[in-house]
Amino acid sequence: MPPLIEVTNLSFSYNHLIDEETLTNVSFTVQKGEWLAVVGHNGSGKSTLAQILVGLLSPQKGRVMLAGQVLNEESKWGIRQKIGIVFQNPDNQFIGTTVQDDVAFGLENINMSYEEMQTRVEEALKMVEMSSFQFHDPSRLSGGQKQRVAIAGIVALRPSVIILDEALVMLDPASRRKLLQTLQMLKEKEGLTIISITHDMNEAATADRVLMMKSGKVVKTGTPKCVFGDELELEPPFAEALRRTLLKRGRSVPQVYMTEKEMVQWLCK
Amino acid sequence: MAMQVTFNGVSADYNYGPIRSPLVLQSVDLNVTSGAFTAVVGHTGSGKSSLLKAMNGLLVPTEGVVTVGETEIKPGKNKKALKEVRKKVGMVFQFPESQLFAETVEQDICFGPINFGVSLEEAKKIANHVISQVGLDVSILEKSPFSLSGGQKRRVAIAGILAMQPDVLVLDEPGAGLDPKGKREILSLISQWHKTRSLTTILVTHDMDDVALYADDVIVMEKGRVVLHEEIREFFNDEEKLARLHLEVPEARSFQLTLEHELGIKLSRVCLTVEELADALIEVGLA
Repeated sequence: MPPLIEVTNLSFSYNHLIDEETLTNVSFTVQKGEWLAVVGHNGSGKSTLAQILVGLLSPQKGRVMLAGQVLNEESKWGIRQKIGIVFQNPDNQFIGTTVQDDVAFGLENINMSYEEMQTRVEEALKMVEMSSFQFHDPSRLSGGQKQRVAIAGIVALRPSVIILDEALVMLDPASRRKLLQTLQMLKEKEGLTIISITHDMNEAATADRVLMMKSGKVVKTGTPKCVFGDELELEPPFAEALRRTLLKRGRSVPQVYMTEKEMVQWLCK
Repeated sequence: MAMQVTFNGVSADYNYGPIRSPLVLQSVDLNVTSGAFTAVVGHTGSGKSSLLKAMNGLLVPTEGVVTVGETEIKPGKNKKALKEVRKKVGMVFQFPESQLFAETVEQDICFGPINFGVSLEEAKKIANHVISQVGLDVSILEKSPFSLSGGQKRRVAIAGILAMQPDVLVLDEPGAGLDPKGKREILSLISQWHKTRSLTTILVTHDMDDVALYADDVIVMEKGRVVLHEEIREFFNDEEKLARLHLEVPEARSFQLTLEHELGIKLSRVCLTVEELADALIEVGLA
């Protein structure tokens, strides 16, 4: 099956006057129904990449294809019905005066019927557990609640791809886990594709694949095991951190990356 | 000089013209001792940010009194008290970088001190000092804050607060959105400032690892109330209580609990960091 998203040789620079590229020769693919975690330090080009994928920025070089269609000035409006982005700071994307209006905004834009809109908004708010806030003013919600509403706004559109740009950072850990489970469920049931830009390595460890960026380049892609196993620059997931700590103290732990489950099993042997 | 922060029966709501929100703080009694590093945790919407705003006079009580050092904030108009309190309490909001506004980083950092009566020359000196304190090169002072990366902007915004040399530092998730390394750097920096300047520091966070690493005590908020205020070891000791409050434990502790459950044994102590856990595992011969 051809990949759902195909990025080839993407290069981007914010300023033509300076010979400094924010992205250099970025290529990768994402399959339908895949969960891809994008990791890397601040300033490594992750958010720039996300903005190019939804056509908010256009690359100087290279090409983005989504479901067989090249992303460009003409096609971007159609493509945006297939790909949704949730930004890190939800204040940057609120429009409505009530939570439900805000979630409905995207739906109105695609001329959805009122009845359908009502069901979709209800469904989406339920999914992020914000139903009881439907008449509240989004600007007066707490940080985590705002992030949930922002996610509902995208989920309601039922895109085939959701890009989360650090979209869960203000949620408390329990809500974050729940929301991740909900997205996982959508991925399994509806074949939703998720690209999650994250600094939470424990979250990245549960993705299908991890893409690591550094100074605008893709330095590694692969399973969490393969990326965290030999990238010492990344903050490892906890079990791996424990393995390395024990190794440093001269203990006879296995020499390869371990998931939490493997670590517990090894300790229980 | 550090300062004590106390709340006496404080209730508050947000009130914009005729519209009043439900109470965001409900009869809060609280005493943050001078020089303490206190973490505030709780679910989204539990009133953590509102609690911080009340410390800085951005949210004025409808009932009760907030006291910072010698200054009291009471219901009604408090013009003088508010000015005093804002000089003493430096507040770092969620996503503080959205407050950057000036043409250069230097002007942005100097804005606060100048407003509180510091001379331009002195303010520039302070800017020079704080910019290196937050781990940035002084050459960045000449740049536009909008040309910087997210992590750099965050540091500049925090530098702007530090430049006001507050006695009480309140921070609302200063690490949100930063990479793990950047986050650790910001927090250890804050921890260092806390110690060397003997500040009273209040930190809102969702990350129990931050709580375990940096805080002396922890406040738990639920629906606008303070439901718990404890020293951290005591706090993390009682799993049942944490489960009842729907709170997480630090990663090391969580791993410890999983392991103890699998093995049907208990390690001799509560481990809050990976080092502590490694020690405990080696001690009992598991690793």
